[in-house]
Amino acid sequence: MKGMTIIVKTVSSWVKMLIVLFGIYIILFGHLTPGGGFAGGVILASSYLLIMLAFGREFVQKDLPLALDSKLDCLGALLFAMIAVLGLVLCDKIFFVNFLHQKYLPGKEFNLISSGTIPLSNIAIGLKVGASLFLVIFLLSTFRREKSANK
Amino acid sequence: MYIFYILLIFMIIAAIIAIETKNLLSAVICIGALGFGTSLMFLFLRAPDIAITQIVVEVLGLIILIRATISRDLTFISGDKEFFGTVISVVIIFVIFLAGIKVFETLPDFGTAIFARVSEGPSQTYIEEGLKNTGAANIVSSVILDYRAYDTLGEATVLFTAIIGATVILRKKAKKLLEEPDL
Repeated sequence: MKGMTIIVKTVSSWVKMLIVLFGIYIILFGHLTPGGGFAGGVILASSYLLIMLAFGREFVQKDLPLALDSKLDCLGALLFAMIAVLGLVLCDKIFFVNFLHQKYLPGKEFNLISSGTIPLSNIAIGLKVGASLFLVIFLLSTFRREKSANK
Repeated sequence: MYIFYILLIFMIIAAIIAIETKNLLSAVICIGALGFGTSLMFLFLRAPDIAITQIVVEVLGLIILIRATISRDLTFISGDKEFFGTVISVVIIFVIFLAGIKVFETLPDFGTAIFARVSEGPSQTYIEEGLKNTGAANIVSSVILDYRAYDTLGEATVLFTAIIGATVILRKKAKKLLEEPDL
């Protein structure tokens, strides 16, 4: 996959910023407005899919290597599990309790910093979903190229 | 109210075309129309969280399917359907249809909340005390990440395991190992 024409490359190099920004907004404001970790993560993955379709596979490989991608995936899963275990350690020995809202940082309602661990969980899930979906797309496209090369 | 019936008929027609057409690309486009119809349906039912997720996943899946369809040499489906498989699927669909009728009899009327029938249900507590207990303005977020966070943990684990499986199968080393003669 060598990428597309210069029109597609120019437009997508501008549009990718907006898509990444929208994904980050959906993730960060998941506890106030519709959205959340899963939808925001898929939007982040689709921004990298746009870059991969427009510029070719090698460009994305330089930008986001496969090893870094799988590390981000594992980091997201680990963060989400850590939030669950921290509730067990820090607040009354209850697994998955919202310890920040209950005890340490109540916050003010309808503010960005509120509702304790929910924004942190949203960030962890968004990281995990975005990295893993992009990993699958990338692996599928590599697999197809090798299969056609064998013929 | 009529918009739901129009959308339903549109989605059913799209599904039938997606199954019956011989061209793979038009089948993929019909699946896309079906997904966008579902997303509009969620939006009219006032579930914007689900609508956003549905439309985003639909776009991502559609791009992958179109890429996979266009680059294939074989874009037309050929061959007849087997008689035995058709009979089995018709029987299974009929059984599911009968079970569905039984289930629909127990549902509340369209537009009525579930706690109109079960007044002691947990959904009432979520709506009344969700903001006070969790501090999240979005009640869907407060349910899936606080009250029912176990579900989300399980869902994340399922996704993680699926990605590990796909990575193990599709990586280069494993394929080379598979091609070597067995020890």
